[in-house]
Amino acid sequence: MIDPSIPPEPWLSNDDLWTMATAVLASVACGLVGCWLVLRRLSLLGDAISHAVLPGIAGAFLLTGTRDVLPMLTGATVIGIATAFISSALGRFGRVDRDAALGVTFTSLFALGVVMMSLAARQVDLDPGCVLYGLLEFVPFDTVDLLGVQVPRAGAWLGGALVIDVILMMAFFKELRATSFDPAHAATLGLRVGLVHLGLMAAVAANTVVAFEAVGSILVVAMLVAPGATARLWTDRLVPMLWLASAIAVSTAIVGYLAALELNTSAAGMIATMSMVGYLGSAGIVSARGALRRSASRASAVLTMPQPRSDRL
Amino acid sequence: MAELLRLMSLQDSSTRVVMMSTAGLAIAAALVGTLAMLRRRALVGDAVAHASLPGICLAWFVAGDRSLAVLLLGALVLGLACMGTMALLQRLARTREDATTAIAISGFFGLGIVLSRMIQNQPSGNRAGLDGFLFGKAASAVASDAWLVLAVAGIVVVLVLGLRKEFGLLCFDRDFAVGLGRPVHRLDGLLLVLVALVTVAGLPSVGVVLVVALLVIPAAAARCWSSSLGAMLAISALIGAASAIIGTGLSAVLPPPSGAVGGGWPTGPMIVLTAAVLFVLSLLLAPERGVLIAMWRRHRRRAADASIVRSAR
Repeated sequence: MIDPSIPPEPWLSNDDLWTMATAVLASVACGLVGCWLVLRRLSLLGDAISHAVLPGIAGAFLLTGTRDVLPMLTGATVIGIATAFISSALGRFGRVDRDAALGVTFTSLFALGVVMMSLAARQVDLDPGCVLYGLLEFVPFDTVDLLGVQVPRAGAWLGGALVIDVILMMAFFKELRATSFDPAHAATLGLRVGLVHLGLMAAVAANTVVAFEAVGSILVVAMLVAPGATARLWTDRLVPMLWLASAIAVSTAIVGYLAALELNTSAAGMIATMSMVGYLGSAGIVSARGALRRSASRASAVLTMPQPRSDRL
Repeated sequence: MAELLRLMSLQDSSTRVVMMSTAGLAIAAALVGTLAMLRRRALVGDAVAHASLPGICLAWFVAGDRSLAVLLLGALVLGLACMGTMALLQRLARTREDATTAIAISGFFGLGIVLSRMIQNQPSGNRAGLDGFLFGKAASAVASDAWLVLAVAGIVVVLVLGLRKEFGLLCFDRDFAVGLGRPVHRLDGLLLVLVALVTVAGLPSVGVVLVVALLVIPAAAARCWSSSLGAMLAISALIGAASAIIGTGLSAVLPPPSGAVGGGWPTGPMIVLTAAVLFVLSLLLAPERGVLIAMWRRHRRRAADASIVRSAR
């Protein structure tokens, strides 16, 4: 028996919509930056940076005693850039390959961060577990006043990050493209390859930190890498890849969030799961299509084979 | 101090077993990690570790039994499934290894978070056992679990040492091994299974995020000291064991800082930090490839050049 005096509960509450919007913003901002990581075969560096920013965040927290975003952003960006430097230096001096150098760097920094955090655990706010998988569900409880509207603080930061990402990407599009596809040629054109690399690393670290509070340090890797890698499966062209990656980022975030709502489970975890499902599905479809096309062209090659004409002889 | 002596002299039987199992595990991981690093598969262990989280949760759901052996079996199954998926993707689609690895790491971890939240929501849900797997908790391990880990480590060590020649050939000259008619594919597969085994066995003590450090850091440190496989294996095993013993000891002995409620010094991260310190020392002090010796050589060469210039005048 439905009581008509109580308005029916909407399917998605206002809080749900704000949370979903935050997830979408995080996904697109990370996904766009991540496209360049995928193109430069630096996906694992993104993974490493997202782990390694932990001591930067913990250090900022210990020094200031607050969870203000700005000190954490600074600390994490510094450590993020340091990760890129340290791992490439280890590759050179320690003569280990890139993956091993990354592994050494990010596990050491992450361990340092965990120790720093468990020592600071009296301000229980910063729980090591939440660092890993974020607290998307608590996003709507922490709002700021933006032009008279109460918007989630994390969402406001992520929106700002996305705008800055897009502006920077448009301003330096030529440099990014040239250094990603042919660094040697870009260097002869007088482009500062190292500087572009450094800027990209800073962008990855900054985006990671801004998204980190909502989705955690491991799941942010899915947002960084999956949209770009999935889009890359479908297209060989840069601009369509960027658009496609944004679309994939938006839809993954929405689908993941709704699925988590339905199953009453972690939204950030579900978004990461959906990213992987999308990537696996795309890889399956694209490779099946490729196999089909190959066999079709073989068949048509047989059909159109020139028949021997007897009148020539 | 008395407690430190008591701990280090292994008088307490439960500490003795736990420390032995952590050290045995670290030795096994260091041996396998050296081979994996030489085979350029350093970060495969990271993907397996993250994939094991949903495996643990699934085992929790499927088996009523919550013993460590059952949970780790679930972890092993999903870890191997993750490896299989990555290998399949490599062959099927034109995907890059780094992107695939990064997506597998965060996607499987996301699935694990989704499942563990569902367990938490169940009336009988008790995540205490699952949370321990994120960061590890060697100090509180029970003796029977420690024996299980020790047994796995023993099997792995025996296999690596028994097949040392074959693995060496595989790592240094795969084509030559093919030419000799060695079962290269089976050896590659066995190496991956060994990686999965030590990774899963390391979960209870070091945790999902940091277990890859046991594979990578001692191996990278040993690379600084030697180029011969036998010496590298021995040195990395030594460094692994030392990190495990010192790290476990420190986390048990160091007094928790005043006011900390997080349990003070976490064992897993302390082991990793110890290994990191040993790695940095190796990088600096190694007799032939060390940074210090390289600096000294450069200095001496400059001095010699200068004296030649002087004598020519």
